[in-house]
Amino acid sequence: MAKEVAVLGVGMHPWGKWGKNFVEYGIKACNDALDDAGLEWNDIEVVAGAETVRNGYAGYVAGATFAEALGWSGARVSTSYAACASGSQAINNARAMILADMADVILVVGADTTPKGFLAPNAGERWADPDWLRFRLMGCTNPTYFALYARRRMDLYGATEEDFAAVKVKNARHGMANPNARYHKEFTMEQVLASPMVADPLRLFEICATSDGAAAVVISSMEFARKHNVDPVKIRAVSTVTPTYPQTTIDMPYFSTDSAATVDAPALTFKDSIAQAAYEEAGLGPEDMSLAEVYDLSSALELDWYENIGLCPKGDAEKLLRDGSTQLGGRIPVNPSGGLASFGEAVPAQALAQVCELTWQLRGQAGDRQVEGAKAGITANVGLFGHGSSVICSV
Amino acid sequence: MTQKSVAPSIEGWFTTGDTPHLIGTQCKICRTYFFPKQDLFCKNPGCRGTEFDEVELSRTGKIWSYTEHYYQPPEPYISGDDFEPYTIAAVELDKEKMVILGQVAKGVAHADLTTGQEVELVVETLYEEGETEKTVWKWKPVAS
Repeated sequence: MAKEVAVLGVGMHPWGKWGKNFVEYGIKACNDALDDAGLEWNDIEVVAGAETVRNGYAGYVAGATFAEALGWSGARVSTSYAACASGSQAINNARAMILADMADVILVVGADTTPKGFLAPNAGERWADPDWLRFRLMGCTNPTYFALYARRRMDLYGATEEDFAAVKVKNARHGMANPNARYHKEFTMEQVLASPMVADPLRLFEICATSDGAAAVVISSMEFARKHNVDPVKIRAVSTVTPTYPQTTIDMPYFSTDSAATVDAPALTFKDSIAQAAYEEAGLGPEDMSLAEVYDLSSALELDWYENIGLCPKGDAEKLLRDGSTQLGGRIPVNPSGGLASFGEAVPAQALAQVCELTWQLRGQAGDRQVEGAKAGITANVGLFGHGSSVICSV
Repeated sequence: MTQKSVAPSIEGWFTTGDTPHLIGTQCKICRTYFFPKQDLFCKNPGCRGTEFDEVELSRTGKIWSYTEHYYQPPEPYISGDDFEPYTIAAVELDKEKMVILGQVAKGVAHADLTTGQEVELVVETLYEEGETEKTVWKWKPVAS
């Protein structure tokens, strides 16, 4: 248990399209997290920021940007970029400093202001950048990859369009009880199936939007928490593993997989290995989890995650969905927050928002979306260029 | 009417002619394949190879998965004034044991594709730039 750190406070700025500077969202989340922790800004020794690449220089140096906005206090800063896993990498860097006795209490924050529509690559002629080239040479968007996985589930495991729609219906219902979610609207199966096809077999309401939003987490050493008479939620594991060669599942933003012609494919897929590393570090298994927050960039991807995080064997995700196990009140609710289906993605804030949700659930503060008796939970996400993360928290 | 010239949209990624191939590389030491071409360092973690042979990859393979796109993607994709839906397939090459993406040839209906179906590589126009037709590799079902 030597690797535990305490979650002292969490805070968020609601997701949406607010048209403001990302710093404004981030400061709101920071102040809420500080209040939740019962601390002042001057108590913070380090600010660990998650970078946004869509907001100029201030976004590249997110840690310093938030430290300056809160008022230069001499705090050290760090900034992490790991695509969708940026928030978890920021937590992990903060955690490493605490476990190395370099700091006692750290503020972790991520915020974003996003453009409308498909996430596009950086501008200019970028012939050496696979992320630019995939758009130029193939028109290959992020939903292209989501759709390839979805079609494969249908052909391999008998997933149906109704299954994909049912994930959206479930997550939309969960999100209605979350004040920080962007959408608070119930969907019927018919409405989802009537929405326009974007990347067959995925429809508009099954692909997550891009959103503005911010999330912040104050973490500390267990000693610091005890001194402040807190019995905190604990971070038990932060997995930020990269793929193992050869990576044989086609992944964003690449044109091809690695070749398995000379080195055999590893036993675990990349996404399996992300969760596996987290379970190993926490000394817990899927059977110990009360809930999961997974990256439903598309509704079909949520089904892949059931298997990747070990809730069921490969090919059984549809069964788990259909028998209600993953809805609130079921055996292992998945995305009780409403997930990306209700939030839309705010890249540097999203992995932190997942940890905020675990914290509220494990404290019993999740209101109408509370998972009864939650004792432990897992987050999982994956992003461009071999990034992914999983965080396990427990009471 | 002047004949439009034809040129690849990117140099050195594929051959043209009746039986086009994607051009990859193979590490001189561990013989691992790469596409797009890897020519600086071998990505096999157990190999420090820095020299590569350029190789033509298998021009047939089996569909791993596929999807049709109904919305105009953002730049730098060039779709002209009349956007038409297009299909993308991920195709497994048997010898190279890798999956490679590509658009599916024009005129092939998405509904006619299935996972596991055999396809071959063709070269088609991707977009026009002035008087030049810029080409790219695409996958096309093998006529049965």
